[in-house]
Amino acid sequence: MNREALIQIVKQPVQWIEDRTGVIAFSTPLLSHHVPRSAKWWYVFGSATLMFFTIQIVTGVCLGTMYAPSASNAWESLRYIDEEIPLGWMLRALHGWSSSAMVVMMAIHMLQVFMHGSFKFPRELNWITGVFLLLTVLALAFTGQVMRWDQDAYWGLGIGAAIVDRVPVFGDQMRALMLGGPIIGGETLNRFFALHVFILPGAAIGLVGVHMALIMKNGISEMPKPGEIVVPSTYRKGFEERMEKSGVPFFPDAAQRDMVFCGVCLILLVFLAAYYGPFGPGGMPDPTLINTNPRPDYPFMWIFGAVSLLPPASETAIMLISPVVGIVILVAVPFLSNSGERAPSRRPGMMLLAVFVVMAIVALTWEGVTSPWSPVMDGWSALPTPTQFVKGRTPLQMQGAVVFQYAQCRNCHELGGFGGKRGPALDEIATRMSPDQIVRQVQQGGGNMPAFGKNLNSAQMTAIVGFLSTLRPENEADSSIPGAQLPLPIKSPLVVNSPFTGTGVPAEISAGVSSR
Amino acid sequence: MSDDSKGETKKEGCAGCDCGGGGGAGGSLPPVAQQDARRGFMFKFGAGLLGIGGILAAVPIVGYIIGPARSRYRNEWVDLGVTTLYPSGQTRFATFLNPIRQPTDGDAAKTACWVRCVEAGKFQVFAINCAHLGCPVRWFEQSKLFMCPCHGGVYYQDGTRAAGPPPRGLFEYKWKVEGGKLLIDAGRLPGLEESV
Ligand code: FES
Repeated sequence: MNREALIQIVKQPVQWIEDRTGVIAFSTPLLSHHVPRSAKWWYVFGSATLMFFTIQIVTGVCLGTMYAPSASNAWESLRYIDEEIPLGWMLRALHGWSSSAMVVMMAIHMLQVFMHGSFKFPRELNWITGVFLLLTVLALAFTGQVMRWDQDAYWGLGIGAAIVDRVPVFGDQMRALMLGGPIIGGETLNRFFALHVFILPGAAIGLVGVHMALIMKNGISEMPKPGEIVVPSTYRKGFEERMEKSGVPFFPDAAQRDMVFCGVCLILLVFLAAYYGPFGPGGMPDPTLINTNPRPDYPFMWIFGAVSLLPPASETAIMLISPVVGIVILVAVPFLSNSGERAPSRRPGMMLLAVFVVMAIVALTWEGVTSPWSPVMDGWSALPTPTQFVKGRTPLQMQGAVVFQYAQCRNCHELGGFGGKRGPALDEIATRMSPDQIVRQVQQGGGNMPAFGKNLNSAQMTAIVGFLSTLRPENEADSSIPGAQLPLPIKSPLVVNSPFTGTGVPAEISAGVSSR
Repeated sequence: MSDDSKGETKKEGCAGCDCGGGGGAGGSLPPVAQQDARRGFMFKFGAGLLGIGGILAAVPIVGYIIGPARSRYRNEWVDLGVTTLYPSGQTRFATFLNPIRQPTDGDAAKTACWVRCVEAGKFQVFAINCAHLGCPVRWFEQSKLFMCPCHGGVYYQDGTRAAGPPPRGLFEYKWKVEGGKLLIDAGRLPGLEESV
């Protein structure tokens, strides 16, 4: 058989397929369309997001073959996938980590588009479909967290339900729609399952299609240059000419960069998943196991932080209105400014806004992770009293230290850096409050502290105040006498180990030599 | 591409005659106006049929989806056991199976609450859900406080708000004592719009 005949053999079926499907005619422009030469590494994040989305679909379908979408078995089926199915844990890990990676890549992609002003004419709809993709992906992340059906999922749903419940007039109905009934139960999981595996992925695939079609239609934006102004009436013509003249074909010129970046991302993903393993499932979804500390997944940590820090008086309004306002603003971005300069250096206000938003999200996420507003539930029983606060104290003061632990003060107050952060640390409380003030504060509460008056008898109160009024740095005046310049000597020799006094120096002596 | 151009040539070929460009066995076709009228009717008829069919099909679909919002689930009296389980002056943890439950609920149908016996025969039964955003509150016997792990809501032993973001005190169940047993009126998840 000669070469010609061989080529014919290969060619014929290809031609047959092309004739019936037109697939080559369809995909050639997709691959060969010109993209700006300046489109360099800034442009890889969208592709990486798409890659992670593909991984989500593949791993998701695999998990779908084993996961039991039923409130009575879901948790067990996840344990089964993790522990019994060969490499099942790895599949779950890939799905979990790729989900986070997708959210992160998407955020970076969006930030890049915003900073480069790429949303301006004629790419307004590219941006808007992107915003809806973002919302869809966040919804996928939230519903995915529900799929774990552990304690975090259960109480997370409870929080979602409580927020929805605050909608005026229709709150109750909307909550029932969300939960599929009056309680968090089997129908709730199945509703979220339908969302997570049918509705939202379908929506995401459709939106990705539109997003890509718009990229083909409007082209990829060039790197912004100061002075290169977008004028809607002439933009398209100029852009097409420039692409014609200096553009490079997407494949392979731009695609190779995407391939390198996506390759690195993929390898990192596999390593992360293999090293850190799957997310959860946490404790059993049994609402009578209340020894739990519900926290959302990372993409929602900043919302958790924000909700915790809202002023109680206006929190309902803010919780219900701000998401709507946020989405409207995001959608409106390209209409608020769709022409003019694109270069970051010429849009300092916008850059400041972007920096502010990023910092706010990072800060709120940090707040959410550390949750200083949450009591340390076992602080009173689990944390030791630092020795420097009990050394050399009188029996009454020591008794006070016991009452201090016993009355759960430690759940909200730090001593020696350990304890709750809800209230102020009390290491130096005696420098700020006199014993009388302490008595009043403990008895009556106030300033977001409960009143303990009814729960402590007078002996306990005396002890606790005795203990608290010793809490001050050794060289510092206490406030038992208003205006006192020198610390009142404490009757028992207060021996303190301190970097300032050396070891074992009685406090009175060191106090005496202090310059105060 | 090639199809379009063929169509055009066909039309050109028909130019002048009033067969409407339909081609084929042109002679037997009715005149254009009549055909257009029939097509107009057919279109409306089709749209109408589809509309009716669509509505018929939509009724069960929409009804199915919004069903949970419409049906009125009723609370029921639930047995929390004999009153001697709850000593006077103390607050105890109690659990029950939610009377509103589905076969697939699994453990989620279990529900917890806090029972406070104020004095013999007088109770307060608190929902486990914080009045802020529903996290499970925990009772601390020593300080006689309920604390919430989520955003730091704190309540006194009688359920009133002590500190933190909750807009009100703990939700309370209605209770009664019958035959030496403590019963509570429970079912629906408590919420601000509707306390239990
Ligand atoms: S849910 Fe209890 S304080 Fe927010």
